[in-house]
Amino acid sequence: MENFPLLTAIMLTPIIGALLLISLPQEAEKSIKMVSALTMLVALAFVTYAYCAYDFSIGGMQFVENRPWIKDVGVSYALGVDGISLPMLLLTMLIGFSAVFASWNINKRPKEFFVLLLILLAGVAGTFITQDLFVFLFFYEMVVIPIYIMVIIWGSTKRVTKEYSGMKLTIYLLLGSAFMLVGVITLYLNSYPEGMRTFNMAALAQAHEFGHLSENFQIFAFFLLLIGFGSLLSMWPFHSWSPDGYAGAPTAVSMIHAGVLKKIGGYGLIRVGLMILPMGAKFWAPVIALLAVANVLYAGFIALSQKDLKYVIGYSSVSHMGYVLIGFAALNGTGINGAIGNMFAHGIMSALFFAMIGYVYEKTHTRHIPDLGGLAHQMPRVATGFMLAGMASLGLPGLIGFIPEFTIFVGSFREYPVYALLAIAGIIFTALYVLRILANVLFGPRRAEFDGCADASGAELVPLVVLGSILVGFGLFPQILMGMVNSGVEPMLPILAKLHAAPAFLGGLFQ
Amino acid sequence: MNIMLLSSEIAVICLALLIITLDLLLPRFETRRSLGYLAVTGLSGVLAYTFTLTGGPATVYNGLFIMDSFALIFKQMFLIATLLTMLFSTDYVENLEGYRGEFYALLLFALAGMMIMVSATDLLTIFVGLELMTVTFYILVGFQFNSIKSSEAGMKYLILGSAASAVLLYGMSWVYGYTGSVKLAQIAYHADVSPAMLIGLGFIIAGLFFKIAVIPFHMWAPDIYEGAPTPIAGMLSVGSKAASLAVMLRILFVAFIALQTYWMAIVSIVATITMIVGTIVAIWQTNIKRMVAYSSIAQAGYMLLGVMATDVNGIKSIIFYSVLYIFAIVGAFSVVVAVRRNRGTNEIKDFSGLAQQSPLLAAVMTVALLSMAGIPPMAGFVGKMYIFTAVIDNGYIGLGLLGFIMSMISVYYYLIVVKVMYMNEPQDQKPFLISEPLRIAAIISLLATLWIGIYPGPLADLATTAARSLFIL
Repeated sequence: MENFPLLTAIMLTPIIGALLLISLPQEAEKSIKMVSALTMLVALAFVTYAYCAYDFSIGGMQFVENRPWIKDVGVSYALGVDGISLPMLLLTMLIGFSAVFASWNINKRPKEFFVLLLILLAGVAGTFITQDLFVFLFFYEMVVIPIYIMVIIWGSTKRVTKEYSGMKLTIYLLLGSAFMLVGVITLYLNSYPEGMRTFNMAALAQAHEFGHLSENFQIFAFFLLLIGFGSLLSMWPFHSWSPDGYAGAPTAVSMIHAGVLKKIGGYGLIRVGLMILPMGAKFWAPVIALLAVANVLYAGFIALSQKDLKYVIGYSSVSHMGYVLIGFAALNGTGINGAIGNMFAHGIMSALFFAMIGYVYEKTHTRHIPDLGGLAHQMPRVATGFMLAGMASLGLPGLIGFIPEFTIFVGSFREYPVYALLAIAGIIFTALYVLRILANVLFGPRRAEFDGCADASGAELVPLVVLGSILVGFGLFPQILMGMVNSGVEPMLPILAKLHAAPAFLGGLFQ
Repeated sequence: MNIMLLSSEIAVICLALLIITLDLLLPRFETRRSLGYLAVTGLSGVLAYTFTLTGGPATVYNGLFIMDSFALIFKQMFLIATLLTMLFSTDYVENLEGYRGEFYALLLFALAGMMIMVSATDLLTIFVGLELMTVTFYILVGFQFNSIKSSEAGMKYLILGSAASAVLLYGMSWVYGYTGSVKLAQIAYHADVSPAMLIGLGFIIAGLFFKIAVIPFHMWAPDIYEGAPTPIAGMLSVGSKAASLAVMLRILFVAFIALQTYWMAIVSIVATITMIVGTIVAIWQTNIKRMVAYSSIAQAGYMLLGVMATDVNGIKSIIFYSVLYIFAIVGAFSVVVAVRRNRGTNEIKDFSGLAQQSPLLAAVMTVALLSMAGIPPMAGFVGKMYIFTAVIDNGYIGLGLLGFIMSMISVYYYLIVVKVMYMNEPQDQKPFLISEPLRIAAIISLLATLWIGIYPGPLADLATTAARSLFIL
C-alpha cells in the first residue's frame, strides 16, 4: 500500500466509471445507474480511507505524488492533501455519492447524464488534490462545460428558462476565471526569475519570504484572484448567478454546485490568496469583511421574500458564504478554522436541502411555496431530511452547522466586532426564512391533492441517510471535522501572526 | 547546392501532377474517390518523410530557400491540415458536378505554395509562394459552379485578394528601392528608420494582414467562408492564415527587427481590435460557417498577440496555437460537412439533436469549438496560457486580461452551438450517414485536441526549437 497512488486513484475512479458507462448501451438504464453508484462507492471508500489514514501528528501534505508534466513552464503533476483539502475531498465524494442516488429517477438520456456527472466529480476532486496551480485551473475550468450541458438538458424551466440559467452560470464563472487566470499568470511570472519558474503551490508560497513578491504586487494579484474566487464563492456583488443557476439546474447539479463547487472559491482564497499572497490578503481583508456582511444580510433578506423553494436555498447559500468570507477576513487561526469547517457543513446541508427539494418537486411538480403544505403527512422521510437541513442551516447546536459558525464568530469578533455583530444578527434572517419554509411546506393541515405522492423510498433514501447521518454525526462529534481542519490551519499560524503584527493599510478606512 | 532540401515540395508537386494525369486516364464514371485516397496516401508518405528531416538550418539556391526548424514545423502543419481536409472532403468531392480530380490537384498546389512560403528568405520567393497558394484558392473558392454564392465568393476573393497582393508587392518594391535587396538578411542590414522603409513596412504588413484576415482587413472572410466549399473554407482559415503568419514572423523578426517599435504599435492596435470585434460580431451569426469565420478572425487576433511578446516564448506560443487550431478547424469543418450532407444546410439551428443522432460528431464539434474557446482539457487552454503568459511576461497585462475576457465571451456563441446539438430534439428520424474517411478525420482531430491539451510537453518542445531557429539567423 505504500506506493499505491491513492490520490490519482481517487481522481481517476470517476473517469474510469465514465468510460465504462460510454461502452454500455443507452437502453441499459439499470446497469448505468448501478455502475455509477458503484464507481462513487469506490471513490468514497478511497477518500474515507485517506481521511482515516491521514496522520495528524505529522500534519502537512500527505499521500504526495509528484511528476514533472509540462517541463518548459514548470508544471508538475503534484498531488497531496492536508487538513484543508481532505475535508473538501470527503465532501466532494459524499455529495457525489448522494447525487447519484438523488438522480435515480432520471430516465431522460440517463447514459449521458451519468457520464457528465462522473466527469464533473473527477474535475472537482482534481481541484482539491492538486498542489500545482496550473493543474488546479485546468480542473476548475474543466467542470464548467459538463455543468452547462447538464443544466440545459435536464434542468427545469420555472421562473427562468434553463437555457438562461445555464448560460448565466457558465459565462459568469468563466468571466470570473479570466481574472483568476491573469492573477495566476502574473503571480507565476513574478514569483521567480525566468528559468526557475514553477506553478507548484508550495514553492510559490515561499516566494514572498524571499522577497520576490513586492507588497504592491501582492495587493494587485490578490485583487484579481479575489474577483475570480469571489465570483465562484458568490461574493456580493458577484453572486447573482447562484440563485438563478441553482433554480435551473437539475437536483444533482444543484447539490454538487452549492455543496462543493462553490467551496473551490473559498479553498482557493485560502490556499492561493492567503498562503501565497499574505500581504495582499491583509490589504483586502477589511473589504472582504464588508462584502461578507453584505452577503449575509442582503442575501438573507432576499431569501425571506422568495416564493420558489430553490430560490430560498439559493439565496441562503449566498448568505452562508458570507460567514465563510468573514471568517477568512478575520485572518486568524480561529476564523479560518471556522471558515473551512463552515464550508464543509454548508456543503452537506445545502446538498441535503437540494436533494429534498428535488424529491418534493419530483412528486408534487411544484416548488412554489404557497402551493405546498402539510407534506409531512404524506412524506415523513422527506420532511425529516428537510428538518435536519433546515435546523443545521440556522445553526442548531448538536448539528453540523453550529460549531463552525460559532468558531467564525469567535474568530471574527476579535478583528471586526461591528461586522461580526451584524453577521450574527443575520442568523435571525436565516431562522426566519428557514422556519417559514419548513412551516409552510411541511406542516399544516393535510392536503388532499398531495395524497397520491409517495414518500422517498429505496434508492432515494440514500442521500437522506448518508448526508443526514454526517449532519448529526459530525455535529455530535465536531472533533472529527475540526481536528482535521485545525491540523491544516496550524502551519499557517506563523504567517497569520506575522500579518497581525504588520500595520493595517485599508483597515483604518473600513473599521 | 543541396536540392534534397526541396524534396518534400517536389514530392507534393509530383503528386499533384500524377493526380492530374491519372484523372485524364480514369474512366468518366469513376467517382475520383480513388484519387483522394491516392493523395492522402502520398501525403502521409511525405509527412512521414519530413519527420526524418532535421531543421539544419541549411540553405539552397544562394540562400533564397531555407530549411530550418521553423519552416519544418510549419510544413508539417500544412501537410497534416491538407491530409485531414482531403480525408473529410472525399464525400464532398464525390457530389461535385465535375472536375473532381482537379480539386485534389489544386489543393496540393496550394499546399506546395504554403510550403514554399515558410521556407522563403527573400521577398520575391515569398511572393511567388504566396501567389501559388492564393491563385489556387481563387479557383477552389468558386469551385461549386452551380452555386451563385460560391461563384460570388470566388469573384470577391479574386478581386480583393489581387488588390491585397498588389499592395504587398508595392510595399516590397519600396523596400527594395531603399535597401537595394530583396533578401531578408540584407534588408535587415540596410534597414533604418526612414519614411521609405516605413511605407514599405506598412504596405507589406497590410498585404499580409489581409491574408491572415484580421480587422480591418477582414471584410472578405465571412462572405467567402460562407460561399466557398466547406473543406476549402477550412483550408483558408488554417493554411492561408498560418502560412501568412509564418511569413510575417520571418519578415518582421528578420528583416524589420530595427523597426520593432513601429510594427509593434501597429500589431498591438490591430490585435486588440481584432479580438474585440471578431468576438462580439460572431455572437449574432446564425450560419455556422459565418460564425466560424468571425471566430477565426478572433483567433487570428490571439495569435497576432503572440507577436507582441517578441521573444522565443511568444513565437513558440504562436506555433503551438497554430497546431491546435488546425485540429480544431478540421474537427469543426468535418462535422459541418457531415451535417450539410445529411440536412442540406449550414444554419446553426439545423444542428439540432445531433448529440442523439451521432454522439461522436457532436462530441467532436463540442471539443473543437471549446478548444478554440480555450477550455480545458482541450488544447486551446494550454495554447492560450502560452500566448497570454508570453504577452504578460513582456509587460502587457492589460492585453492578456483582454484576451482572456474575450475568449470567455466567445464561449457564449460556441455554447449556443453546443446547446442546439445537445438540448434540442432531432428534426427527423432519418439515419445520419457518416462516411468512414470523415469519421477517421474527426476522430483524429478529437484525439489530437485532447492529447495536446492534456500532455502538451512534446509539442511545446518542438515549438520551442522552431521558435529558437528564427532567432539564429
